Amino acid sequence: MTMEAYRYEDGSISYPGHPRGPGGTEPVETIDLSEHTAEVITWTESTATPPGVREPNTLAIVEFDLGEAGSSDGDETVRAIGQVTTDEIETGEAVRPVHVDELREPGAGIREPESQDWDGYRFEPI
Amino acid sequence: MERVAIIGASMTQFGQREGWIRELLAEAGIACLEDAGVDADELDHLYVSNMASGEFEGQTGVVNALVHDLDAMPAYTQRVDQTSSSGGAGIYAAWQSIASGASELTLLVGGEKMTHRTTGEATDVIASLTHPAEYKHGVTLPSFAGLTARHYLERFDAPRESLAKVAVKNHRNGVDNPNAQFRKEVDLETVLESPIVADPLRLYDFCPITDGSAALLFCPESVAREYADEYVVIAGIDGATDTHVVHERDDPTIMGGVVESGEGAYEMSGYGPSDVDVAELHDMFTILEFLQMEGLGFAEQGEAWELVEDGKTDRDGEFPINTSGGLKSKGHPLGASGVAQGVEIYEQLVGEAGPRQVDAEVGLCCNVGGFGNCVITTIMEAAR
Repeated sequence: MTMEAYRYEDGSISYPGHPRGPGGTEPVETIDLSEHTAEVITWTESTATPPGVREPNTLAIVEFDLGEAGSSDGDETVRAIGQVTTDEIETGEAVRPVHVDELREPGAGIREPESQDWDGYRFEPI
Repeated sequence: MERVAIIGASMTQFGQREGWIRELLAEAGIACLEDAGVDADELDHLYVSNMASGEFEGQTGVVNALVHDLDAMPAYTQRVDQTSSSGGAGIYAAWQSIASGASELTLLVGGEKMTHRTTGEATDVIASLTHPAEYKHGVTLPSFAGLTARHYLERFDAPRESLAKVAVKNHRNGVDNPNAQFRKEVDLETVLESPIVADPLRLYDFCPITDGSAALLFCPESVAREYADEYVVIAGIDGATDTHVVHERDDPTIMGGVVESGEGAYEMSGYGPSDVDVAELHDMFTILEFLQMEGLGFAEQGEAWELVEDGKTDRDGEFPINTSGGLKSKGHPLGASGVAQGVEIYEQLVGEAGPRQVDAEVGLCCNVGGFGNCVITTIMEAAR
C-alpha cells in the first residue's frame, strides 16, 4: 500500500505518475507520499455525488513538501487530490494520508471495475 | 489558405426533449440547411459533435445515422468527441475542411440527449473523463468547480456574491432566448440560498442537464455571397490542451488551454481582447466565466469578478458576455454547446439576435472540455 508519486529525470515530481514527466523526461524513481504530511490548498464538500460515491463527499487538493529543511531540495512540492476523512477541514490545515480499501463502490458507476484500482488514501487532519 | 464563412445556423429548443439523439441531430441539421437554402446532396462533409451518445443512449454511429436521415450521402462524415468542447472542436474541424480545400460545403451538427438519465448517472458519465486517480475518489466536474471557486475567492478576496451575479446575469439574458432551457430570471438571494452542490458553489452556480442540438453551415468566403446576403467569417480559431490531471497545474486559477487557444485565435485574426464586442464563454459553472475572462485577456488575473460586479458584462454593458443566456440558462447538451455558442455569435454578427441584439462586429466563443482539459477559441467577424 503506497501512494506512489514519480520523480523524473529533470527532478520534477508528479502524482499520479505518467510515462513522461512535466519536462518530457522519463521517470527515474518513485516516492511514497503516504509517508509524508501535506497542507490543504483548497477543499469542497460535494453533495451531488455519482452512483457508488459517499454523500456528502469532502475532497481536498493538498500539497506535499518533500524537501528536507536546509537541503537544496527544500522546494520540492507535489500536489494530490483525494477524499477527506471528515467534513471539518480548512485551507492551510495539515493532513496525513490514511489508507482506505475502497474509496467508492466499484461497478456502481460507468467505469469498468477491472480497469483501475479502487483503494487509496484519504486525508486526515493532524 | 481559403477564408471560411458561416452561411447558416440553427438550434433546437434546449431542455427536456422527447426526441432521442438521432431526431435531435436531424432537427437541427435540416433547419440549418433550410436557413441557408442549401440541399443536403450539396454537402461534401458532415460532422457531428457528440460526447457520449453511446454511454447515454446506447446509440453509436450517430454521424452515419444523420447522413442517411438528411439524405446527404455520399458526403464524408466524422464524429467529433472532445467532451464538453466537442462543439468547438467541430467548428475547428469544419473550418479545417474548408480552409484546406477538402470540402466546399460542410455541415456541422452538435447534439446530446441526457435528461433521461438521473443527475447522478449523467454526472458519472461526464466524470468518466477524469483520471483513475481522480475518479476513484468520486471527483466530479462540479467538485472541481467547488475546489477552484474556493481557491479563487480566498486568494483574490473576491466576494461570493460576484459568482452569484454571473448566474443572475446569464439567467436574465436567457429570458430573451426562445430556445433556452430556462427563460426565468433569478435574483441574488435565490442563488445564494439555493442548495449546496460543491461548497462554496450552489445549485444556481451550475448549468443544467440538457437535451438539444445546434448546427452551422460552412463554405469558402469566396462563394459565400452565392448562398447568403449576410454571413460571418471565422477570423481566427485555435485549440489547445492542459493537464488531464487537474491538480497538476501550477496555478489552479489559470486554464492553460484557454490562454493558449486564445492567443492562437488572436494571432490568426489580428484582433486582440479589446477588439471583441461580444463573447460566449463556457459557463458550465459560474467560476468558469471568471477564469475564461482572465485567460482570454478581458480582465487581469483575479479581477474578472470586478467587471461582473460593475455590470460591464451585462447585455447593455461595455462588454456583453453570454447574451444567449450561456450554458447556465440556455442549457448544456454537451456536444451541442460549442456549436450553440457559434450560433449565438453568428446571430449577433448578422443582426438576427432579436431582443438579445448588441452592437457587434467581432465576436468570440470559448468552448471548454473537461475542467479546462481541452479548449477551442473561435473569433468571428461580420462580413464586410
